[in-house]
Amino acid sequence: MRNVTDPEQLARISGKLRQTVLRMIHRAGTGHPGGCLSCMDLMTCLYFARMHIDPARPDWPERDRFIMSKGHACPALYAVLAELGFFPEEELWNLRKCGAMLQGHPDVEKTPGVDMTSGSLGQGLSAGIGMALGSRYQNLGFRVYVLLGDGDMQEGQTWEAAMAAAHHRTSNLCGIFDYNGLQGEGPVSKVMEFEPIAAKFLAFGWAVVDINGHDHRAILDAFERAEAERSRPTLIIARTIKGKGVSFMEGQACWHGSCAPSDEQLDQACRELEA
Amino acid sequence: MTAQGPWNTGEERISLREAFGQALVKLGRKYPDFVVFDCDVAGGTCTNLFRESHPDRFFQFGIAEQNMFGAAAGFASAGVTVIATTYAVFASMRALEQARTFISYPRMNVKICASHVGVDAGPDGVTHQGVEDLGIYTSIPQMTVLSPADPLDVESCLEAAIRHSGPVYMRTGRSPVPRVLPADYRFQIGRGTLLREGDDAAVLATGIMLHRALEAAEELAEEGIFCSVSNIASLKPIDAKLIKLLAKTTGAVVTAEDHNVCNGLGSMVARVLSTEHPVPLEIIALPDTFAESGEPEDLSNKYGLTPDHIAQAVRRAVSRKEGTDASAEEDLHRYRIEPGNRPIDR
Repeated sequence: MRNVTDPEQLARISGKLRQTVLRMIHRAGTGHPGGCLSCMDLMTCLYFARMHIDPARPDWPERDRFIMSKGHACPALYAVLAELGFFPEEELWNLRKCGAMLQGHPDVEKTPGVDMTSGSLGQGLSAGIGMALGSRYQNLGFRVYVLLGDGDMQEGQTWEAAMAAAHHRTSNLCGIFDYNGLQGEGPVSKVMEFEPIAAKFLAFGWAVVDINGHDHRAILDAFERAEAERSRPTLIIARTIKGKGVSFMEGQACWHGSCAPSDEQLDQACRELEA
Repeated sequence: MTAQGPWNTGEERISLREAFGQALVKLGRKYPDFVVFDCDVAGGTCTNLFRESHPDRFFQFGIAEQNMFGAAAGFASAGVTVIATTYAVFASMRALEQARTFISYPRMNVKICASHVGVDAGPDGVTHQGVEDLGIYTSIPQMTVLSPADPLDVESCLEAAIRHSGPVYMRTGRSPVPRVLPADYRFQIGRGTLLREGDDAAVLATGIMLHRALEAAEELAEEGIFCSVSNIASLKPIDAKLIKLLAKTTGAVVTAEDHNVCNGLGSMVARVLSTEHPVPLEIIALPDTFAESGEPEDLSNKYGLTPDHIAQAVRRAVSRKEGTDASAEEDLHRYRIEPGNRPIDR
């Protein structure tokens, strides 16, 4: 199931994993469905097409690294890791339960395939810089991908990291901004606007690629362009839809967090994602 | 203040931060695998010595402590131990959540080494005096917390931190201190060290307060009060066994720290004593107040952190050593839920 480069096949995987994510959150009774669905296509392209990883060796020193800075979307990561065989699928149904392998936010010690503990927003990009420098320092040659959410852009530490990543010329660092534009209390433009985001990262010295975050071909091309950079880190601004693929969740801030679909909602969502 | 006795093996005094800088260079040769991160305070923490000796192992992060701690976690996750350095105030507060969630929770091999602790930080004033760091860092699960007392202790603690698997917080210090530990001293995480014997009371000191405690013990011996002095460089895990043994053998304990009285060495010793072997306890610490600008010696005088203050605390602890108070026991009896008990008169 790796090295999938056909956009249509990637889209099919994304649709399947979106259903998995909703079933997980339904079973857990709590979670953040909207942001899982918005980043699913990005996750699928990363893990099934792009990253150098080996599910049999989650600690392989030269593997590419992934940090889910928007840690609340970890069900999307867990669904991908289980699909790739990092751990048994049964673990997915114990999400957020006492004693479970799968924590409410990513835990590097508990879950094979998770490269960094995360979930407190604004901190993932800093950890990514450290990994990128560590890769270079040891000549390991791995690349680092950090998935950022709208909330990450409002935390001050992200901007410390934006400055430091450019200063240290971490060209092996790629930020992926899942720009769904909706946060807990509503649209970003109403809660705390951070535009112009591309201009800000360009001004900090980053390469910036602006794409439709649900277009698998465009996502793969963006990763190519990021890897071609020789002295700058890259930010892929992926324009996405919160709740993507489920009619009653799309564009609704109420599906951000602390909510789970009912039995009927889950059935309808899975029917829509199957289609 | 000059420390007396066999522990003061030389006239030379250097600060704990200078000792830290020198130890980094020395241990850098012995352990070729660790790197040092700085937030534009290399001169203040003395990591500039390492920058000169090992430039390829020194990383500059500018004045952005939160990002530095996050990057330290990431770098360590790639397999390299990171010594992350800044001032204690910033390590313990500005970048605290980063230390907790990205360094301690995933047990990263990051050794946070902080200077400018206590009122010893001096003239820069309250903004730069880290007086809460021990309480804050000992509150974090999985964190090891060290507070060495003299140059040898700094090197020994730093080496233990490098060899230890997992996160460590270590504080240094700014003003010159005498060498008080014997040459064959070796620090072990979780172990305290008995430096001076005495049956009347036990003084437990950490950091720069150790040499002041030894000086106080000397002063007290002249008036016939003999107290033991122990170095508590490992605040977490703390040496509960040593504390209990000292309480049992002396019956009175005094703690001394250059730190706020809340949640420092005194509180940790109180927790051990109250649950294991209660005896009178006196705590020498900053009395839950912000200090101010001033020379460390003046501030120590004003805020009660001198050898004289320690000696007074020992006298108080010794005077409290008498047997149980019968009237107190009678009063306490009335708090029991038993028939016929009436509320106590106030």
